[in-house]
Amino acid sequence: MFAVDSLLDHIKLFSIPTLIVIIKVLVVFVVGLVGTMLMVWFERKVIAFMQNRIGPNKAGPKGLLQTLADGTKLFFKEDLIPDKSDRFVFKLAPYLAFVPAFLVWAIIPLGGDFSNGKNGDVKILGHVTKLQLADPPVGVLLLLALSSIAIYGIMLAGWSSGSKYPLLGSVRASAQMISYEAALGLSLATVILVTGTLSTNGIVASQFTFSRWSVIATGVLPFAIFLIAATAELNRPPFDLVEAEQELVGGFNTEYSSIRFALFFLAEFMNTITMSGVIVTLFFGGPQPLRIAGHANVLQFLGPVSGTVWLLLKVLVFLYVYVWFRATLPRLRYDQLMNLGWKLMIPLALGWFMLLAFFRVGQDSGWNTWVIGVAGIAVMALCAGLLQLASKVSARNREREGAMF
Amino acid sequence: MSDFLRDYLNVVWFAAIALVLASLLLGISAIIRPNKPSAEKNIAYESGVNPVGDGWSQSQVRYYIFALLFVVFDVEAVFIFPWATRLETYGTFGLVEMGIFVFVLLLGLVYAWRKGVLRWV
Repeated sequence: MFAVDSLLDHIKLFSIPTLIVIIKVLVVFVVGLVGTMLMVWFERKVIAFMQNRIGPNKAGPKGLLQTLADGTKLFFKEDLIPDKSDRFVFKLAPYLAFVPAFLVWAIIPLGGDFSNGKNGDVKILGHVTKLQLADPPVGVLLLLALSSIAIYGIMLAGWSSGSKYPLLGSVRASAQMISYEAALGLSLATVILVTGTLSTNGIVASQFTFSRWSVIATGVLPFAIFLIAATAELNRPPFDLVEAEQELVGGFNTEYSSIRFALFFLAEFMNTITMSGVIVTLFFGGPQPLRIAGHANVLQFLGPVSGTVWLLLKVLVFLYVYVWFRATLPRLRYDQLMNLGWKLMIPLALGWFMLLAFFRVGQDSGWNTWVIGVAGIAVMALCAGLLQLASKVSARNREREGAMF
Repeated sequence: MSDFLRDYLNVVWFAAIALVLASLLLGISAIIRPNKPSAEKNIAYESGVNPVGDGWSQSQVRYYIFALLFVVFDVEAVFIFPWATRLETYGTFGLVEMGIFVFVLLLGLVYAWRKGVLRWV
């Protein structure tokens, strides 16, 4: 029974470390929920402005309480479960979508002092701690695992409905999210290559100057791949084939109503925020201030919270980018989506990863930079040629079979 | 308890709170919402007409093939991540090894491509 004993040991009520954990959990949770509500408002408002409309403006100042009003309405709606559905899985699916959406926040460093190589420790109530709920040594893997669980939520929701539109939405979702998860993981591997650690705290700590930010250190390409793959993982436009309204009514959540639908809706927007947080953490130094060429931190006057403010500002940029995507880009066709994922992003991410590793090892053992460069490009060209050949053969076969496109 | 496990325990606490919140929302809603079931409300939605056939209709096998293909790349990630953290330790030897591994993997992708598996019709 040693496991239970040590558990009890940990939960000594009102001991300071426990108290700190509780405070951190509650703060992150409340901020997360409020942030999600603001995000819904932000998205509707920004899209409205981009389309020359006013957007929500009745509930509260500037329509800020619109989400709350919508949520309250959903509380009073009848909850329908189709007769043909698998009732247990139907009820389970919203939890599977909702919980992982929140959990990702646990591993994102939310602030703290990372200047001059410090590792972000702060003092709360006389205890040294990190402004981060958990810093497991394999933080990045936990992130990938959680994003995989979120796929289950969407897939099971569609399957368990026992209806055709949701089923189509869910098979689309599983294939799409799976395909882009491969590209996501490969572009993430380049960050690990540069920072040499899987812990999110370590990744942030190693990006102490602007030139060490992963977006620069890995070359901009992995960031671009990550951003596109993340958009596909989130099922946001232009990759929202999962819930394409014009074809699939509502996609996987067609049969959901009342608060069960609200949970999916919340999870989706929560995921957008967490994914922006993840991008900032991995590629833009998280709470690290933007300091170019030794300039001082312009938010220094904020003192200990300047890291958190920096993080929020950076996250806000990406939230805007996601809304911008949605307002400007038309939806992809499914074959275009798959081609982009498998024929462009995965080979590109893999090639870039190997090239980067090649350069790193070359630098380490003092090889000639020119030789490395030429050899690297030669190998890349060889692989590109191989893929081109495969594509040609594939196209020829297609013509022979007499397919239309 | 070690710090290692404590980190994970924090994550579990967080998950527990998220679970409680979701159940709470559903519970409150269950108390205050109306409930007037009728046979027609519980028919699966199919653009307003009565559903034709079974809801679990067959779908294309291609979706499944992509899932299979993904397994290859997921297993690859299992090898690549630990290697990436220890790049300097293994040096040239590790680079060559990984190069061979990735090349074999790429051959798999090329094979699938040639076979026309990646083509979506």
